[in-house]
Order: sequence, then C-alpha cells, then structure tokens
Amino acid sequence: MTALLSIRELTKSYPGVLANDAVSFGLAPGEIHALLGENGAGKSTLVKMIYGLVRPDSGRMMLDGEAFTPANPQAARAAGVAMVFQHFSLFEAMSVAENIALGMANAPGRRDLSERIRTISTAYGLPLDPERMVGTLSVGERQRVEIVRCLLQNPRILIMDEPTSVLTPQEVEILFGTLRRLSEEGVAILYISHKLEEIRSLCSAATILRGGRVVDTCTPSQKSARELAEMMIGSALAQPPERPETTGEPMLTLTGLNMATEDHFGISLKDITLTVLAGEVIGIAGVAGNGQDELLLALSGETKSAPGQIMLGETDIGALGPNQRRNLGLLAAPEERLGHAAAPDMSLTENALLSGATRERLAWQGFIKPVTTANFARAIIARFDVRTPGPETAAKALSGGNLQKFLMGREILQRPRVLVVNQPTWGVDAHAAATIRAALVQLAADGAGVIVISQDLDELMEVSNRFAVLNMGALSDPQPVGEVSVEKIGLMMGGVHGEVADAHP
Amino acid sequence: MLILEPRATTPRWLTVLTPVMAVIATMIAGGILFAILGKNPVEAIRIIFLDPLLDPYSRTEILVKAAPLILIAIGLSLGFRAGVWNIGAEGQFILGALAGGATGLAFYPVEGIWLLPLMTVAGALGGFLWAMIPAILKIRFGANEILVSLMLVYVAILLLSALVSGPLRDPDGFNFPESRQFHNAASLPILIEGSRVHAGVLVALGAVIAAYVILQRHMLGFRIKLTGQAPRAARFAGVSQNVIIAICLGISGALAGMAGLFEASGPVGQLVPALPAGYGFTAIIVAFLGRLHPVGILLAGLVMALTYIGGETAQLMLRIPSAAISVFQGMLLFFLLAVDVLTGFRLRWVGRTSA
Repeated sequence: MTALLSIRELTKSYPGVLANDAVSFGLAPGEIHALLGENGAGKSTLVKMIYGLVRPDSGRMMLDGEAFTPANPQAARAAGVAMVFQHFSLFEAMSVAENIALGMANAPGRRDLSERIRTISTAYGLPLDPERMVGTLSVGERQRVEIVRCLLQNPRILIMDEPTSVLTPQEVEILFGTLRRLSEEGVAILYISHKLEEIRSLCSAATILRGGRVVDTCTPSQKSARELAEMMIGSALAQPPERPETTGEPMLTLTGLNMATEDHFGISLKDITLTVLAGEVIGIAGVAGNGQDELLLALSGETKSAPGQIMLGETDIGALGPNQRRNLGLLAAPEERLGHAAAPDMSLTENALLSGATRERLAWQGFIKPVTTANFARAIIARFDVRTPGPETAAKALSGGNLQKFLMGREILQRPRVLVVNQPTWGVDAHAAATIRAALVQLAADGAGVIVISQDLDELMEVSNRFAVLNMGALSDPQPVGEVSVEKIGLMMGGVHGEVADAHP
Repeated sequence: MLILEPRATTPRWLTVLTPVMAVIATMIAGGILFAILGKNPVEAIRIIFLDPLLDPYSRTEILVKAAPLILIAIGLSLGFRAGVWNIGAEGQFILGALAGGATGLAFYPVEGIWLLPLMTVAGALGGFLWAMIPAILKIRFGANEILVSLMLVYVAILLLSALVSGPLRDPDGFNFPESRQFHNAASLPILIEGSRVHAGVLVALGAVIAAYVILQRHMLGFRIKLTGQAPRAARFAGVSQNVIIAICLGISGALAGMAGLFEASGPVGQLVPALPAGYGFTAIIVAFLGRLHPVGILLAGLVMALTYIGGETAQLMLRIPSAAISVFQGMLLFFLLAVDVLTGFRLRWVGRTSA
C-alpha cells in the first residue's frame, strides 16, 4: 500500500522540552491510524504540524509523494487535511449553518449551504438541523457540527483529537460507523485517544509515542488493552485495591434537591435524591452538560440550597458556605483545574491554602502560617508523587496529570468525611489516572463516602459500588454496579442523541 | 517581522525592570517635548529629576508630596489586585478632609492631644463612607464602580466649595470661601524642624508595612489576590466577592480620606476649594508604577513626588507651562502600560515566510 502521508524524522522543540524527536510514520489511504501516548508524549504537537499550526524544526512530510509544508491551517485544508479538535470553536449564539460558514474560505449561499449540511450530515449518519442555535445543542451534537464542517471540504486526511471523551456509548457507535464509512471511501483517519478499548475495535494500526519519540507500532486488535497501556507508559499500572461490600452509616443525604441554574446555558437540578453511605463510592455518569457542574457547586457550597435538601450526617448544610462545609468534613474537587480548583498563577503552596486553610488550620487569626502551609503542600507532593520542582512552582506550570494529582491529594489529605469529585481523571495520563482512582477507592475503604462524577464509564465501573446517571438535571436511582450493563447505562444517559434533543426545553 | 508571543513565566527581574524602563522612556520623550517647546532638554530633565535630590529643603518637600500619594496608592492597590477599580480616590480624599477638618473646626479653640486622632478617625470615616456609595451600588445593583466612584469626585469637589462658602467659612475671613486656619491642636505636628514634613509621612510608611503584611502573610491579602486572579477559584475557596468589594473600596476610601485630612491639617492648614490637587488621580499612576506592590508603591510615590517638585522648579526656572508637567506625568503611565506588554509577552523576530 502506498502512503498517502508519510512523515520522516519530524522534530520540534519548545524551550525546555523536545516535543517531537525524529518522529516517522506513514498513513495509507483508508487507514484508521491511532496515535497513542500519555499527556505530553507529543501527540498534539505532531498533529499540529500536520495541520499547519506548528512548523517543524527539522524533518520532512510528504503528501502523495510530494513535499508537504503547510504554512497554516488554510493551506493544510486546501491540501485535504481536516481536523476536529478536542475543544470546539463554536459560537453558541449562532446557528449551525452560520458557524460552519464562518470557517469556510468562500462559503456558498445560505440556502445552498443548509442543503449541503443536511445532505452530508444525513449521508454520514450524523443528522443535524442547520438552523438550530449551537447553544441549544448537546456536546455530541456540537461535535457533529465540527465533523460536518470538515466533511464539507472533502478531506483526504481527517485528524480526530479525543473525539469520544464527551459521547455516550451509543453516540460513540454512531461516530465509529461514520469513521468506518469514511475509511471505506479512502479517507485516512488519524485518531488520538486514551481509550484503549476503542482503539482496539476501531483502528487498524497504531503508533505509540512516549516522551516525544515513537517507541512502538502495533496492530491494536492483536494486543490487549493492558498491553497497549503498558507500551504507552512503559511500566506496569497501579491496581485499585479490592472493594468490600459496604453497608455503612449514611454520610450525606440529598432529599429532593432542586436548584435553578444561574447560567443561561446551564442546567437546573431537578429533585435529586441520593444517600451516600460510609465506605462506598457512588459513581454518577452522564453526558457533559447535564447538570454535573451544577451538582458539584451545590455540594461544595458555592451555591446555596433550600433548607432540608442537603444533610451531612444530622446537620442541614444547605445554607452553609464552602469553608463551613469543609469544617464539617464535606470536601469537593471541581472539574476545571485551572481557574476553578486552582489559581493558575499562584504557587502550589498558595493553592494548598486555597481549600486547605480552614480544615488544616493553615492560618491563625487570619495570619497565614507559612511553614505549616508549605509542609502541607510538600506532603501532598510526596504522597501523590506530583512531579514538580517544588511547592513554589506555579500551578499552571504543571502538566494536567500532575496538577490533578496535586488537587486530588489536597482534598484527600484533609481526611474528608465525604468527598465529591467531578471528572477526576479528565485529560490525565493513564498512570496518574490509575493513582487517582486507587486513592479514591482507598479513601472509601477508610470509611469516607465518595461521589465520583465522570463521563468515563470504564472509570465509573472500576471505582464505584453504586451507580446513577444524571440526565437533564435529574438523577436516576442508584444501582449496584454489578447489576447494570454498559448498554443499559448508555440508554439511561440519554441513549442516541435524538431523544435528548427532544427533551431539551 | 517582529511578533509578540506569550511568555510561559515572567522573570522576576523583568517585573522590576519595566517601571525603570518606563521612567527612562518618559525622560527621553519628555526631553523631546521640552526641546519642541524651545527649552534645553538636558537641563529640563536635570532640573526635574536631579536638582530636587541635591537640595535639602526639596528633599523634605518630596516626602510631603509623596506621603498622600503613597497612602492613597496603597489603598487603591488592594482593590486593583482584586479587580475592584476605585477611580474616585480624589473624591474620598476631599470627603476625608471635610469630615476630619469639620471635626477640628467644631472643637475650635479647644486644645488637647485627643483632637488630632479624633480628626484622623473622622477623616478616614468620611472617605470610607464616600467609597461605600459605589460599593453598595455595585453589590446591590451591579453598577460599575469605575463610573460611580469617578462621578462622585465631581460631587465631592462641589460639596467642598459649597461648605467652605457656607457653614465652614471663616467668620473673620472677609467672606473668602475658606475655612478658619486650624488651631494648634488640630494641626499635624512637624517632624523635621524647618520643613513641612508632618506626621502623615509616618502613617503612609505604616500603611506600606501593613499592606505588605496583609498581602504576604494574611488570609485577607490571599483572598484579595485570589479574587483578582481567579474569581471562580475564589468562590470555591469560600471567598464572598461582595465582601471583597466592600473591603477593598472601604480600605482605599479610608486611606484616601486620611490623606485628605493630613493634607488639610498639615501643609495647607485650612479647608480651601483648591485643596484637591489631583493626588487621588496621580495615585493611580503611582499604584501601577509600583506594580501594585507596597514597596514598589513606596518607591513610585517618591519618584512621582520628585517630578512634582522638579516640575515646579522647571516651571519657575525654564518657564515650562504647568500643563507640560502634567503631560510628562501622564506619559509615565502611558509608557508603563506600553512596556508592561513585555512582562506578559516576549518580542521575537521571525522571518517573512508564513503568509
């Protein structure tokens, strides 16, 4: 098979890091090729070079046997390379068609474009209404907009960066159908993901990157997920401890929790009822944007609720603020690391103070105890193996996985009675994710109640004792994990996307 | 082509160096300005920046001018760090002078060492309450504090004129719109014989130290910084934004009020309509020139006072118009903001290859 795109010895360095070190691989027409690697392995840099966002320091790219040096994304698109980013660049207050027209060099007329969007999206099994406002679309539908935007350019190479992290299992199947069909038509797909099972079922080849270098190539279907993970990180994974069945005391009781959203595109919480027992992990699944953020804010105390809806043990805490709740033992770790859980420009020591001040008594009469605070930060760094030069490093200088280990450690080391975490391993490398999951399970084993909100079903299956789904702000009845199948959960999550869209107000 | 690219981290030396670069750029551009006015630029810059330092009396005058600038700028810097933009320190300065001065006048001619502390408290309270107007409007109705505090400056100026022409007018003053001269117990003690250096200089120094401790060692300073840098993280940390707004406007109002009282009962000696000399606005420049850092503000206040004293001398000796000196000070802020880009971004030369 002749290569459509061939990459030879591509090297790119940034100040202090060699992001890509002589990376070579080939992409054949119709091939679905996985790029596998931990965060910081150099996957993003590599695809950015192919997409013309970053220029390599040295090395060559050949497209159809001719030198390919895209100066910018427009040039890459003109040559037939399209990319769907992990984070979408859509304007919520504009329609699907308007958003797509914005990204086109010479957009056709409004009616013509709408017609083409309808045709292409239906043909590839991703139905879209061109006139809908993007703000009313679910995350999965927004991704369709990005994909259809790419397909309108008749690409020969499609780059997908972590496309399934926001999708339900059914949506993933639809997406895979589309990708397989594109592949049959000869489009080469470069597929970046952490999800090893998906790569095993979808991709025909894989290139594994570690520390900016190609360390291995393989045929994913011939390897187990565990083998793939170990090729990726180069060492064995931490095993979560065994979980005994639990029937502990009720730690946190939500009774008919209702909360209107403050955000225009937010979700109101509807009549949420849940009891968290000592020693158990409750997993809460759901597609992003179904009230996860709102639930975390309601529990952390950043938004207050009516009396009697949130009880911590015997105490009604609905009117208490975050620090009063921390004092009583209810701790939370929000999804967004930089800007919500941590202040990006502040040091790790200051970030340790951010949530630890009250419960760890890091201040006396308002005066910060510098030594105690730095020691607390150091304890987190040591206990959770946070790779950093020291506690004076700014939070934003840490990689996603290391910062997340620090932020999880910050809450866990405060010995919470109840810990609520949202997306604890989002964008975190496999090694750090395993560490974090093991710590959460251990925390429950030590007698705390833990709520894990996540979109990663495999993760929830691994850590939870009981399991519930958040959909449109309402929570399903929690069920023991052993009794539900992934398919059933997918349906609980809103199933195929049309049903959710209809339920939208 | 020259491009700006964001810096991952800002080196510490650069943070210190950029204000110095701004001062030098101001000297150069100011020199050009003076040259266009037909004056010898080197001489003008020397008179403004060097001569005041060589003359003992001018040195004490720098302290007199710097004290209110530093006192106000310290208060403003706390708010600026939290993203609370009090632009109306000039008005709080006036209300402080009015409230404290009226207290002093009310006790005329009673002597007693308790009077000055009482006037200081009244002055601080006057500035505090005046700053509470934008604070409450912002908390309650989301009104923009920049606009409200700025507009209240003009209200304060008119209030001062009205009061010194009416209730506070000197009964023996031939109907001039001025108050009585403060009597002995209501006047600030002089610290250095033969100069105008008053006790307010010590208070300003105390404010610098207090602000340093608050910002480096106290939860209040941490919460202020957190609110400014990452508002959502501040909320997660249990910080009430409304409390921060009230505290920041309150502290800056109280310090500006004190500065106003010190100016009235110190160098000026009475309440006059010309009391507000722009300290409240210049202090904004001082706060930024000092990088919102207490020690930086101390130095920046001294530099700014130097340009005031030197500027006055230059007006007398070279007959440079006073507006040129104001332009000169404005340029300082302008250049500071311009070189500030360098702390967040680095300049890089790239070839003309990309389209």
